[in-house]
Parts: sequence; structure tokens; C-alpha cells
Amino acid sequence: MTTGPTLRTPRSQALGLGSAHHGVGHFIVEHVTAVMLVPLGLWGAWVAIQLAGQGYDAAAYWISKPVNAVLLAVLLVCTLVHVKNAMQVVIEDYIGRFVTKAALLLLNYSVCVLAGALGVFAILKAAFSGAF
Amino acid sequence: MVQLALPKNSRVQKGRHHPAPAGAKNVKTFRIYRYDPEGNENPRWDTYDVDVDACGPMVLDVLIHIKNEVDPTLAFRRSCREGVCGSCAMNIGGRNTLACTHGHDETHGSACQISPLPHMPVVKDLIPDLTMFYAQYASVEPWLHTETPEPQKEWRQTPEDREKLDGLYECILCACCSTSCPSYWWNGDKYLGPAALLHAYRWLIDSRDEATGERLDDLEDPFKLYRCHTIMNCAQVCPKGLNPAKAIAEIKKMLVDRVV
Repeated sequence: MTTGPTLRTPRSQALGLGSAHHGVGHFIVEHVTAVMLVPLGLWGAWVAIQLAGQGYDAAAYWISKPVNAVLLAVLLVCTLVHVKNAMQVVIEDYIGRFVTKAALLLLNYSVCVLAGALGVFAILKAAFSGAF
Repeated sequence: MVQLALPKNSRVQKGRHHPAPAGAKNVKTFRIYRYDPEGNENPRWDTYDVDVDACGPMVLDVLIHIKNEVDPTLAFRRSCREGVCGSCAMNIGGRNTLACTHGHDETHGSACQISPLPHMPVVKDLIPDLTMFYAQYASVEPWLHTETPEPQKEWRQTPEDREKLDGLYECILCACCSTSCPSYWWNGDKYLGPAALLHAYRWLIDSRDEATGERLDDLEDPFKLYRCHTIMNCAQVCPKGLNPAKAIAEIKKMLVDRVV
């Protein structure tokens, strides 16, 4: 809530800085990735169980299959996009101080982009170094 | 950062006890939040042992009985006494509702606790300051917007289109829904809250209105609309049985319709 005394009218406070005119894109991406993650997540879990304990070479060989590599990259990107959007909402919900909020949003974005870049690079490396 | 503990001068302390009159047979205890802005004292819980045989069946009857017979300093809003005006909205037994339609025998436990609507500034005792709530309601411009020259008689609407307003127009702006919403608690300065958004949808869906696009433009905002996380407290507490969460979901669907 607004802190400190102010002589702004309630109407002015309610209108605030006006509408940001965005949000529906975030909403659509959040829901589309959530739906995509249901089959992809189940597939990822099944694959992880299959490959558990089989070593790097077996995993690299599995990733070298184009379908597997592409699906794994899509799973990773979907997960990170969903995590980034979800964390953004949590930060916006609970952090009121502008500087802290902006710093955490930037950190959230950076961590997810970095994790995505590293993950996709790892998948490509394994895919192209594995035996076809 | 969200403030989880109340500031020192807002912590509620133990208050006075008002025993039941001698000879009372059917005694029920009511713990009521008391706060006087003119004093320097913290808010307190006053306890009233009330002979419920001496008053009507609703919590509002008990409050009126207390004010008339026990403690005239108790302050609360009330008007219609039949669930139409929304004035007597308060938190009874941990749940926002109207004191005039909530029976005092509906709350369980040894004492019935009554406090003002949560997370709003308190004017006095059970009276919250709803200035911002009303300003947010006004900000959705809850009236018909048209550019077509006014017809000779009324703006016409099919019975089917009129039916779409059912479950929306009945809102009495008691604020039970908005003040039960955690998103409104944390971001009440930017998030419009369930009541204002329910009214926004009531005008969005009105077949006679010609400002649907502008209304959606104004609502498309990460805070004004999208702070709703479908927690559903609003639908659970609405004393009129309305479902503001559904109305908000419909607004989100309209915004998706516009871009997909």
C-alpha cells in the first residue's frame, strides 16, 4: 500500500502511472509453457530413469539422435522460460522496494538466460560429439 | 519487502472484559477489535459476554445490542440489515462476511472474534477506510460508454445479452472479496482487486457498451489485472455468492482473444 502522507487525491492514487499495456504476452507464454511441460516433463523423467547409471557415453549417444537432442533442448528452454516467468511474478508480488525488485528481476533474467545458453551448448556439444 | 509483523503501535493487546448481566442464561462471548484513533493506545481485543436471548439472531443484532445496552463507544457501520447495502462487512470468526446475514450461532469455538476487514487502514473499531477501494472501483469507469447517438428510448439488449450480466450486477461493493485477497493485501496500491475487476467485466460484457477496446487497454497491466493468481478467496467469501475470480479469468480470456 502507499506509504507516507500524501495530498494526492484517491482517484489519482488509484490511477497511478496508468496501464502498462502489456501482460497478455506473459500470460500466454506462462500457460503455453505449462501445457508443453506436461508431456515434455514426463518424457524427460522417463528418459532420465532410462539413462540413470549408464554413463556419459551412453547419454551422449542417446543425445546424438536428432529427435532426442531437439526435444531435450525444447524441454530445457520451456522449463527455463517458465521458471523465469514464475519467479518474475513471485518477485513482483512480494518485493516492494524498487531497487531490490529491479535487481532481483535482472538476476532472475540473467540466471535463466545463462542457464539456458549453457544447457543448449551442452546438448549441442554432446549431440555433435556423440556417435551417430 | 512484505511486512509480516505488525508495527509496534498496531499490535493488538488484551482489552476490557464486559461480563454478562446477572441472570443471563444463554451467554455467548464475543471478542471485538477496538481502536480509537484519538487516543495513543494500541488496538485491543475487548471481550463481551452477551445474553444472546436478549438480542436477534445475527451478529449485527449482537453488535447493536452491545452498542445500545453495554458499550456505546463501539463503532461499526450498518444500514439495511438485510444484505443489500454492504455496510456491515467485517471479519467474523476469521472470515469476511456481512454481520447482518451471519448468524451468531454460525461461528464455532468458545468465542466469536470480530475484527474490521483485513489489511485496510482502520478509521475506528470495526470501520475500515475504504477510500482507495472506492477510487479503484471508480477507475474502471463503471458506467455505459457510447458514441452512437442516444436512441429515442432506451438502449436495447436481447434477453440473452442481458443474462450475461447475471452474477455480476448483484455486487454490493461490500469489499469482502478484495480484502480477503492476498494479492490485494500485498499490492493493493496497484492491483485493482476482485470487486473492481468484477465490475470492469460487467461493463466489458455489456452488449450496449462501445468502449470494450479502451476498457481492455486500461486493464492490460501486470499489476492492475494480472496480480490475480486465482487464489479464489474472493469467491469463497462473497456474501452474495458471486465469483469475481471467474470474472477476472474472463477478462484474461478476452485479452487473449484480442491477440490470438
